[in-house]
Amino acid sequence: MNPATDYLLHLADNALVLGQRNAEWCGHGPILEEDIALSNVSLDLIGQARLLYQLVATLKGGSTTEDRLAYFRDTGEFRNYTLLELPHHGPLSGYAQSDLDYATTIVRNFLYSALMALLWEALEKSANADLAAIAAKSLKEVRYHLRHSRDWLVRLGDGTDESHARAQAALDHLFAYTQEFWMPSPAEATAIAAGIGVDVAALQADWNGIVDAALAEATLKRPTVGGYVTEGKQGIHSEHLGFLLAEMQSLARAHPNGVW
Amino acid sequence: MSASVEAAWAALEELTDPEIPVISLRELGILRDVRAATDGLEVVITPTYSGCPAMGQIEDDVRATLQRAGIAARVVTQLAPAWTTDWMSEAGKEKLRAYGIAPPHQTPAGSSVVRFISKPAKAETVPCPRCGSARTVESSHFGSTACKALYKCLDCQEPFDYFKPY
Repeated sequence: MNPATDYLLHLADNALVLGQRNAEWCGHGPILEEDIALSNVSLDLIGQARLLYQLVATLKGGSTTEDRLAYFRDTGEFRNYTLLELPHHGPLSGYAQSDLDYATTIVRNFLYSALMALLWEALEKSANADLAAIAAKSLKEVRYHLRHSRDWLVRLGDGTDESHARAQAALDHLFAYTQEFWMPSPAEATAIAAGIGVDVAALQADWNGIVDAALAEATLKRPTVGGYVTEGKQGIHSEHLGFLLAEMQSLARAHPNGVW
Repeated sequence: MSASVEAAWAALEELTDPEIPVISLRELGILRDVRAATDGLEVVITPTYSGCPAMGQIEDDVRATLQRAGIAARVVTQLAPAWTTDWMSEAGKEKLRAYGIAPPHQTPAGSSVVRFISKPAKAETVPCPRCGSARTVESSHFGSTACKALYKCLDCQEPFDYFKPY
């Protein structure tokens, strides 16, 4: 197995799963501008995922295609952070659902974009030239995602009592999931050793800087976290990913090899 | 430049962006190169935003145009160096303005993420493409497409798109 493929799938699955989640706002945005913004962010993320899947397909060869990777792998084969598959609302029992909560969306996008801005910047120097090229493109895009989610984080946090309370609740709910960023998986370790990947732990201080400055401006309190560290990037997911994949993959699976 | 390379450039010269039909692919910097490879002609295009839905259409347009001109060539997509709005020609920017889209500023030197999100002390003004006023405000980071932001002119009250530096 090429040391790059598992690592590339991790990056690709992150982008695809968050792209799919954000796209749930399409047609349901709190205001028209945000409806459009989230759809555009999704387009960027799904575009990044496609470039990465195409690269994996080339490396794997044979009958692998980007569509096979996106639509015909199951939950346990996905390598995304658990943070990105959670629904757009706070914790509920099991797979119970609630209305979409924009604060959850914004906080999640902010925490992830702050990481990816740093990660793509570092990956521009990857030993894999194709990954470096994808990183250079993605960096340009994630900076706008970060600016967008950061502005809204400040607006919600430093807004009304209601928006502040919801932003803080979203932060309290989601922050523990960021612990997964800093715990290297075997695939990451292999990719780092090969010079393809980047040691995310080395980016933690800069990430803290971006997050703490934004939280201070947003008058939000950084939660202290500990306890269980999720392992989505190793294929151990929450109950939510299966539902997301079912919706995303059902059409391609009902019409395999369909072209439209 | 060989005759076949020249013929391909000439055939593709007038091909415009499907979303912004006043600017050519060459002026946008999407059509990067036409070169003679060992096994025939290669036309090199580069994607703008990773998820730009127009890229498929652009590739089809390039193929169809070459075919109509009777030119056999492969269309190659190249990612590096990444497309930037700095490649847009001055003539192209002027066409955008005339079409009602404020053209992109030069991308800031150094792409440091931290500097990007901390707002510059003096934000660059985006002049209104209709009345030229510098009194404009951003209404949304994302406009009708990912590559544009939505602005509003405080003088003529017109909303307009700003092609973001990328």
